[in-house]
Amino acid sequence: MTSPAAPAVEKVISRAWGTPHSHTLAEYRKRGGYEALKKALEMAPQAVLEEVKKSNLRGRGGAGFPTGMKWSFVPKDSPKPKYLAVNGDESEPGTFKDRYILEEDPHLMLEGIAIAAWALDVHTCYVYLRGEFKFAAQRLQAAIDEAYREGIFGKKMLGKDFELNVWLVRGAGAYICGEETALLESLEGKKGWPRLKPPFPAVVGLFGCPTVVNNVETLASVPPIFQRGADWYAKLGTEKSGGTRLICLSGSVNRPGVYEISMATTLRQLIEDPDLGGGMPAGRKVKAVIPGGSSAPVLAADELDVALEFEALKVKQTMAGSGGVIVMDDRTCMVRSLWRVARFYAEESCGQCTPCREGTPWQTRLLRKIEEGRGEPEDLEMLLNVATSIAPYPPIGLGTTICALGDAAALPVHSFVARFRAEFEAHIHEKRCPFGDRPWGHFGDWA
Amino acid sequence: MAEPLFTPEQQKTFDTELAEILTHYPPDRKSAAMLPAVRLLQSLKGWCPPEGLTLVAERLGVTKERAYEVASFYVMYHLKKPGKYVVDVCTNLSCSLRGAESLLGYLEDKLGVHAGESTEQWTLRETECLASCGTAPCLQINEDHFENLTSREKVDAVFAKLK
Repeated sequence: MTSPAAPAVEKVISRAWGTPHSHTLAEYRKRGGYEALKKALEMAPQAVLEEVKKSNLRGRGGAGFPTGMKWSFVPKDSPKPKYLAVNGDESEPGTFKDRYILEEDPHLMLEGIAIAAWALDVHTCYVYLRGEFKFAAQRLQAAIDEAYREGIFGKKMLGKDFELNVWLVRGAGAYICGEETALLESLEGKKGWPRLKPPFPAVVGLFGCPTVVNNVETLASVPPIFQRGADWYAKLGTEKSGGTRLICLSGSVNRPGVYEISMATTLRQLIEDPDLGGGMPAGRKVKAVIPGGSSAPVLAADELDVALEFEALKVKQTMAGSGGVIVMDDRTCMVRSLWRVARFYAEESCGQCTPCREGTPWQTRLLRKIEEGRGEPEDLEMLLNVATSIAPYPPIGLGTTICALGDAAALPVHSFVARFRAEFEAHIHEKRCPFGDRPWGHFGDWA
Repeated sequence: MAEPLFTPEQQKTFDTELAEILTHYPPDRKSAAMLPAVRLLQSLKGWCPPEGLTLVAERLGVTKERAYEVASFYVMYHLKKPGKYVVDVCTNLSCSLRGAESLLGYLEDKLGVHAGESTEQWTLRETECLASCGTAPCLQINEDHFENLTSREKVDAVFAKLK
């Protein structure tokens, strides 16, 4: 058992949140805003890229790919224009950090965009924002307008002859558009059907041109690297992953919310630390925790002494994903929970690949049948069979579909059944949900 | 004679805003403006009528089928005229763990409409995660967001303002 207190860490991304007018350029400048860009503009683009590599920054959207390496895949001698596409299509269930960045400190990300554009010789950037985010869109557009007015974007960048245009594009309600190639399709004005890779977007991306796709938090992590140095940033993190991390805590816990933590923090510390999750609601115990958005395989109560970090979670056959930690307590029905998760993937499957298009509703139907007490003994094997046909597990990444949505839909099924098989069997044998009409362990008025 | 799609003022807004949007894209990539153009159409009409999608397609130099394909792919575009208020209740995992299913049931009774159905006044839908998991349960009315709906009183207060 580890100590209940999480390791202390300096806040890098969330430090201004909640302070008055934190979203304005004036306040951002008082915090040293756009000084990192000044430094970066004095460096050669290649040196900027090397600095990001040295920082060990890894993508915060879900896959955790090293950012500097991603940038280095953009061909230097391409005669085509290059693009930066920002992935702000935050829709992974349990994830709500990018929204806070954009609402509370949009210039942090915009400065990251400017630095990335300089490093990559990009002159056009599209920020693809989830369609539902009205307030974040307003805050972000206002910040972009400020940056144009103050000579950061537009024809010149802080007086330097370097043009950058930044356009906000709002999505329209499709989880799949958070997948980077679906996002590019959507930016091109199409339905969000993922593309086969390779070629990767860094080579053939938006409008057939080299394109870097980075998550909001990833770009917001760039200015601190130049303010304080890549070595400092790398040391905040673990051996293979620099910096801090935003974690979105939700579900059955006393203090849900977004927390910036050290990547050495364990799941147990995240839940128990009085300054973080603040423990479980009275009389309840942890039953299960999803550590990285609903696509990440679930962990049981005895698996919480694991650091919320890419490599450590990989060892547990799950993933750090988008940082969405969802806590389920001992009054929660795991069949009901999995059914709801399965419905999400069935709803959001884009329909392109057969295993996912057909398999996700099939999983949902079987889970509904079991939850409603109509399950047959063979249904559980059938459920696993369907999940395996979409994506076998373990390990993660064996999916039979073009994009990872298939994996994301199958992993919860595999992991829930592996850890809570007896509960699924009880539903089938008792021909009812053992939790009766209270499958969610309700809170407050909704009891 | 069929009613025109837009009033003259709406037509002017549509033309001006679409022209501005098109400056964001390379001149030979007009069709990339499909999502913002359909959003603009819906903001003026409240939904995406077929003749509106045809107009968008014409302006962007694509077929009307292509416009319909896009409009039908994304859940925020309404291909049928919705109620005056579109109420989207998140029932995904984090919200359900905080009572979203009961909240939805309460709204079905309160508004007199089942989830997935519409009246003149209300369209009630279950929706997927709205990124308010830390302030669950939550819902959205048209494009406005409401969080921490932990009691009937809080829900009633939100709806008391809507007529």
